[in-house]
Amino acid sequence: MKILVCISHVPDTTSKINFVNGDSEFDTNGVQFVINPNDEFGLTRAIWFQEQQGATVTVVNVGGPDAEATLRKALAIGANEAIRVNANPTDGFFVAKQLAEVVKSGGYDLVICGKESLDYNGGMVPGMLAGLLDYNFVNSCTELTIEGTSAKVAREIDGGKETIAASLPLVIGGQKGLVEEKDLRIPNMRGIMTARTKVLTVLEPVAANVNTKAVKFEKPAPKSAVKLFSADDLDGLVNALHNEAKVI
Amino acid sequence: MSLLIYAESADGKFKKVAFELASYAKKVAESLGTTVTAVTVNAGNVSDLSKYGVDKVLKVSNDKLANFNAKAYADVVKQAAQKEGAKVILLSSTTDSLYMAPIVAVGLDAGFASNVVGLPISTSPFQVKRNAFSNKAFNITEITTDVKVLSLAKNSYGLVESASSATEEDFAPSLNEADFNVKVASVEKTSGKVTIADADIVVSGGRGLKGPENWGMLEELASVLGAATACSKPVSDLGWRPHSEHVGQTGKPVATNLYIAIGISGAIQHIAGINSSKVKVVINSDADAPFFKVADYGVVGDAFDIVPRLTQKLKEFKAQNA
Ligand SMILES: Cc1cc2nc3c(=O)[nH]c(=O)nc-3n(C[C@H](O)[C@H](O)[C@H](O)COP(=O)(O)OP(=O)(O)OC[C@H]3O[C@@H](n4cnc5c(N)ncnc54)[C@H](O)[C@@H]3O)c2cc1C
Repeated sequence: MKILVCISHVPDTTSKINFVNGDSEFDTNGVQFVINPNDEFGLTRAIWFQEQQGATVTVVNVGGPDAEATLRKALAIGANEAIRVNANPTDGFFVAKQLAEVVKSGGYDLVICGKESLDYNGGMVPGMLAGLLDYNFVNSCTELTIEGTSAKVAREIDGGKETIAASLPLVIGGQKGLVEEKDLRIPNMRGIMTARTKVLTVLEPVAANVNTKAVKFEKPAPKSAVKLFSADDLDGLVNALHNEAKVI
Repeated sequence: MSLLIYAESADGKFKKVAFELASYAKKVAESLGTTVTAVTVNAGNVSDLSKYGVDKVLKVSNDKLANFNAKAYADVVKQAAQKEGAKVILLSSTTDSLYMAPIVAVGLDAGFASNVVGLPISTSPFQVKRNAFSNKAFNITEITTDVKVLSLAKNSYGLVESASSATEEDFAPSLNEADFNVKVASVEKTSGKVTIADADIVVSGGRGLKGPENWGMLEELASVLGAATACSKPVSDLGWRPHSEHVGQTGKPVATNLYIAIGISGAIQHIAGINSSKVKVVINSDADAPFFKVADYGVVGDAFDIVPRLTQKLKEFKAQNA
């Protein structure tokens, strides 16, 4: 089985969010980038398939040279090879289009994405990729097993869970649950050393329509301070929730 | 040029988000000088959509669509859009609608903006404001394609009644057999409880509650408010509560009208998931807990003292205002 894991290179959640160039660009100054958490669950599941079922795992990112550190980390965790499509990921459709090209030329039968990335939270890429490839698709995936060309998948639904049978080729949008959090891996020294010798291919992007443009960013207006009620004044709280906030 | 919404239903009843979407669509349609068409799937009685300004309903009834199937539903929405010549297609932000939205967008060569929080800033060029960076910022996105797909963030617009008299029409789109290669084998629902996805109020507990045996008081508070219960990540990691209740960056997002956080410190990863809730109330014994910085109302004190008394006060309030 050939697995492609799509890795988004995102600011760590604790990062300060600031913008530059007239609020048109994210300020990367001093920001630490990580493998998108949803993708990390998928990557770890892919490594499981590699170790238990002999799958090969390729990781891919659409991004600039700075994303190579994130790809090297994925290699250090155990991926066999990496691909970087050398382009600024302008929107979800652009990224999906590049990934579709990689999937077609590499003949992958399982494509694992995260259900959304922490930066734009768009949740667009996995579905668009499945649409462009006309592959089967399961989103918000919390469990995945594969036997031959049959996949058994669980996905989160509002208020519960659904178990799904699907066949390869398949795209999934994954999340927490694909593996236990305790099973996420931290690269060890040996992994880091071998990662240096693994292949990281750089591909040039294919042309894609511009469907959306990020025009500018805004930060929420500063919040007014919390209104505190003493433990003896719970009537005050109930009153505020009813008359002021109008939520009860 | 019409405007199309997919009005989501479950067990033959519309979800509240469908009415919010209709309310929003009505306003967008007004600014575009057009009407609102809704497409429904196995929705039963559709007349309620009229209260929120829908002008026409395309009703799809098909047993093959009994379970949600992203590609097949996307096909339904796509064909409805084509039939109506819709240039703007609006979807909710439920798990199902977000699942199919990108497929609809690709199928219609449309630009797609998700997590939209409010009316378009301008319709020419078409610019909308969306949540980004785990709700720590907004992004103004311009959709440059002729056909546009948007998903509206939950509770970001609200319900606005606007009476209309919707015409109803049966609609039988053609379905693609291959879409059913993805088959639902079983569904497990947390029954008899308000779920986080549907709730307007969420009562959430953290490690400060000390143990699962103390959740009774939280459930009682939730039941007085008709709320769903939730928890922080360590609480579900410890097995005190099910994983489906864990909210935050790696858990469920919560966009309710009221979020009550009890014994939760307010770590950034937790806040990321609840930031778009409108009103946040914090009960915490530590006056320096970071949660107070993002809260609207707060009580510094022991949850074991405050929660039962607050529940009592709310019971009295409900009795008086019933
Ligand atoms: C990559 C990553 C992702 C994460 N994702 C999430 C996520 O999705 N969701 C999430 O919640 N966390 C997440 N976390 C964990 C997060 O950083 C915090 O550890 C967690 O939110 C803390 O939970 P807590 O507030 O319940 O517990 P604690 O930090 O232990 O805080 C408990 C609070 O209860 C108060 N308290 C104690 N006793 C009482 C009492 N009797 N009455 C009132 N108050 C009391 C204390 O003052 C304290 O503020 C993530 C962390 C990482 C690194």
